[in-house]
Amino acid sequence: MMASPEGSEMRQGPEGAAPGLLSVRDLTVTFPTPRGPARVVDGLSFELGRERLGIVGESGSGKSMTGRAILRLIRPPGRVTGGLTFEGRDLTSLSERQMRAVRGARISMVMQDPRYSLNPVMTVGEQIAEALRTHERPGRAEVRARVREALRSVRLDDADRIARLYPHEVSGGMGQRIMIAMMLIPKPALLIADEPTSALDVSIQGEVLRLMDDLVRARGMGLILISHDLPLVARYCDRILVMHAGRVVESCAASELHRATHPYTRGLLAAVPRMDETRAELPVLDRSAWGGT
Amino acid sequence: MGRDVTALRIRDLTVSYGETRAVEGVSLDVAEGESVALVGESGSGKSTVLKAITGLAPDWTGGIEIFGRPRGHRPDKALAATCQMVFQDPYGSLHPRRTVDAVLTEALRIHGIRDDDRVSRTLSEVGLDARFRFRYPHQLSGGQRQRVAIARALILRPRLLLLDEPTSALDVSVQAEILNLLKRLRAELGLTYLLVTHDLPVVGFLCERLAVMRGGRIVEVAPVAALRDGAFADPYSRSLHAESLRHDTEADP
Repeated sequence: MMASPEGSEMRQGPEGAAPGLLSVRDLTVTFPTPRGPARVVDGLSFELGRERLGIVGESGSGKSMTGRAILRLIRPPGRVTGGLTFEGRDLTSLSERQMRAVRGARISMVMQDPRYSLNPVMTVGEQIAEALRTHERPGRAEVRARVREALRSVRLDDADRIARLYPHEVSGGMGQRIMIAMMLIPKPALLIADEPTSALDVSIQGEVLRLMDDLVRARGMGLILISHDLPLVARYCDRILVMHAGRVVESCAASELHRATHPYTRGLLAAVPRMDETRAELPVLDRSAWGGT
Repeated sequence: MGRDVTALRIRDLTVSYGETRAVEGVSLDVAEGESVALVGESGSGKSTVLKAITGLAPDWTGGIEIFGRPRGHRPDKALAATCQMVFQDPYGSLHPRRTVDAVLTEALRIHGIRDDDRVSRTLSEVGLDARFRFRYPHQLSGGQRQRVAIARALILRPRLLLLDEPTSALDVSVQAEILNLLKRLRAELGLTYLLVTHDLPVVGFLCERLAVMRGGRIVEVAPVAALRDGAFADPYSRSLHAESLRHDTEADP
């Protein structure tokens, strides 16, 4: 299905630090269009340890497709090539059945809007229990205890009551915390969060992200935070990749973002209105500068 | 501001959806040429205020006056010519099977206006050239669609524009273009804006005053200078500002 040039070789991080959790080499995602194949991800490579990596970009930059490709969720006619090594295993060579054992259990994903990613006809408790039973065979009493513990871990203290609610009965912020609880219950090593708070109010965004951050750090997990929001990613990640038109245009430590050099990154930073805004006009990206669209 | 004409006067507005009161006892004046923001979190009632003004939320009590003319509870054609709205999602607010031209001429036809130049003039005002006139929404980018939505609102030459999160569905680089456009149009056409947003920095760029809403009520009206110095009187406004500031400052440490 996909090329696996280096098999399941364990790779070192770029700084030669801890062995990598995930290694992505020359990842390319292509979709056919009437005007020929479109490369939505174009030769992306990065190494991820047990750290927090932010992937930032605007719509169409390929950031979400990257997250989906890692989980092998790109369906035909989309085509994926390149190498994906996770915990020393070559993901590209796994069968669909083996891959199902990776999804959720070892790598899980939180998506943008809990209203769409939670099952509307199941209670919160049943859904978390289902996530647990998919990967383990716990007894009934244990399921109940683990569901309660999962809800408490995301600071939903009234766990028994919340477990009986349906998704439409919870707020957006609560829904996203439930989603995180569900994704973390099988104890994955990597969490991919794709715009996890874009559907939430700013005051709740901070709360949800701090919670996710605490859990990821406490469990020593890796995190890939995908977002269009540069300040948010800078705040909650160690390292940042800025994507544009399927490629990484800039890669830097989050703390160095303000020293970004690529005109696209600089343009994005400048285009955001600031709280102490005094500019009469916002600078607009000159897309011709790097052949963008 | 300036001539002291009141573009919009809202008195003790209460809006209900069935049993639920979404807005309670809101009063606000917007002077002609002014740009005022309604800010707050989801469910604070800010969009509902706009819906009551345009007639999309007919179950309301209190008073709404637009340029001195009280608004009734029925659809009001004359009012539509003075007051128009731009919605958040340009994907949802444009008819998918109508060309830009059809969207723009419909309003003119309803109002019996025969003016062949107006469509192309309005398109050029929002920065779209003639090539776009006969395109369908799916042939436009998000930013171009929002320009069409703004053109649709402007075609009847309104004096008051209601803007409901006009840039929150857009990428930041596109947002900058649309915000610049809205600022320029306001100056060129002498428009009055009532902007609904959750994004405080956008308010700082586009408005002079902001009304902070919570639980259907206005808790405070402040000048935009408060966004810079944090001088809000109400504790809720202060916390909203602090949370947003915390988010905002990371981009530019």
